[in-house]
Amino acid sequence: MSITREQVLHIARLARLELSQAEVEASMRELGDILDYVETLNRLDTQGVEPMSHAVAGATALRPDEPRSSAAIDALENQAPAMEDRLFRVPPVIE
Amino acid sequence: MNPSTLKELHLEIAEGRHSSRSLTQAALERARTSNSELQIMNHIDESAALAQADKADRRRAAGEQGPLLGIPVVIKDNMNVEGMPTSCSSAILDGYISPYDATVVERLKAAGAVILGKASMDEFAMGSSNENANRMKTRNPRDPERVPGGSSGGSAAAVAAGIAPLALGSDTGGSIRQPAAFCGTVGMKPTYGTVSRYGLVAFASSLDQIGPLANSVTDAAELLQAIAGPCQQDSTSLRDYQVPDLLGAAGNIDVRGLRVGLPREYLVDGLAPEIRRQVNHSADLLRQAGAEVVDISLPHTEYAIAAYYIIATAEASANLARFDGVRYGRRAEDATDLAAMYTNTRAQGFGPEVKRRIMLGTYVLSSGYYDAYYRKAQRVRRLIAQDFQSAFEQTDLLLMPTTPATAFRQGEKIDDPLAMYLQDVFTIAANLAGLPAISLPAGVDQHGLPIGVQLYANALQEPTLLRGAAGLEALLG
Repeated sequence: MSITREQVLHIARLARLELSQAEVEASMRELGDILDYVETLNRLDTQGVEPMSHAVAGATALRPDEPRSSAAIDALENQAPAMEDRLFRVPPVIE
Repeated sequence: MNPSTLKELHLEIAEGRHSSRSLTQAALERARTSNSELQIMNHIDESAALAQADKADRRRAAGEQGPLLGIPVVIKDNMNVEGMPTSCSSAILDGYISPYDATVVERLKAAGAVILGKASMDEFAMGSSNENANRMKTRNPRDPERVPGGSSGGSAAAVAAGIAPLALGSDTGGSIRQPAAFCGTVGMKPTYGTVSRYGLVAFASSLDQIGPLANSVTDAAELLQAIAGPCQQDSTSLRDYQVPDLLGAAGNIDVRGLRVGLPREYLVDGLAPEIRRQVNHSADLLRQAGAEVVDISLPHTEYAIAAYYIIATAEASANLARFDGVRYGRRAEDATDLAAMYTNTRAQGFGPEVKRRIMLGTYVLSSGYYDAYYRKAQRVRRLIAQDFQSAFEQTDLLLMPTTPATAFRQGEKIDDPLAMYLQDVFTIAANLAGLPAISLPAGVDQHGLPIGVQLYANALQEPTLLRGAAGLEALLG
């Protein structure tokens, strides 16, 4: 199976990844090989089989809608690359 | 003398030869000196470990007892320990110091365990050799030219190298069991939902589980007992789960009456002859000891890896979207707008295998492909789970190899992603079906490399699994 350059660039955009030329070439090959391999699933007739998204079936875990604190703001501030007035500072969305 | 089991360590303490402090000092020394050759630890926290050791000694002096009190433990570097870095062996988390403890870590601290530091791993748990680590490419203590396995390579190596008797790893497609087999330790993945994932950096949320690595089935059971049980902060944690007496189960080595299935699809041509011999030998020992060993079939075995690599990468692409340089970890400095900040941060911070899997996961979830790949894989997942349900109607346990071959050399498979993925062939179904499974050492091959054999049990049947494993361990001698 061959993956085109355009497809690789499209996926990279969706995944917010910047790939080098070499990485794009490698992706075309590697993704193609892996997708060839997973094509084997098409040999199986799965008509009428329910998709399984969860390893162990169970009811959705809910709790009462009561506010609770999560993390201390100080701890978060210590980790932030750039913070101002308890807001994470980032480059502008558009120049 | 390097005591390697809990029993030996507690004897040292009880007979006054060691305190938790002196045990911890010795463990820290071993961790430091082995690191240059074996590259096991991403982070060693001497002052925190000694403080915990002193606290344990005080608790003991006040009359407290407990199986993990004052015992050194190593934690895989994808689980958060307050005040220590969590790197997931990735550059993208440079500088991140965890502000909280994972639930499993909280429970270990409550039990008085001493956390030495964070073990290296394949980046974001993606890999089977520990070669995908950004800095510490862990070596196999049994042969440093070879890989320890992955992704919990550091955890398995820490136990095998005698740094600590216990380690926590995580297992998404075999990442506890395969390195346990390569390094010659016990490694177990519990039933999905029995151990909290709160504080574990998620790779594939429907597959990930935390589990123990140790030098004996009993010690693995002891560690699991301390960490298992419901957790409010993990919505996939089984709410009504009551942790059974795992230690008691592991203490029962009588295998009489156990029905053990040998899945014929797992004894394939590509399996190393010495491993096949050990699996057959294990079956013979079990039979002689009164277990009933039968041939069974798991017909959808050949589709497991393909289903796994679609599901796991899809979930990973979603889980790793949070690493964007905004709130923590590394941020690319060279971006003038937000979009470039995201793409540059991720391009610079993620290694090649992580990028590969994010790309694959994004592709299989993308518009136009979602049904053909992701939904298809989920249907195959159900067929695989149903194979096991049928098998467990006639059996209590399944016996099989852990890996197709023993530990390979550094660099041997790193350039062939697909060859690396095929390493997971015997472990992966347990994650897809949510079942508990354990690998235990069963001799060595002609090069002296450890061989692992594996047992699976049905969901929530950890007591049966541990009983079978302890029984087989005793029979193997």
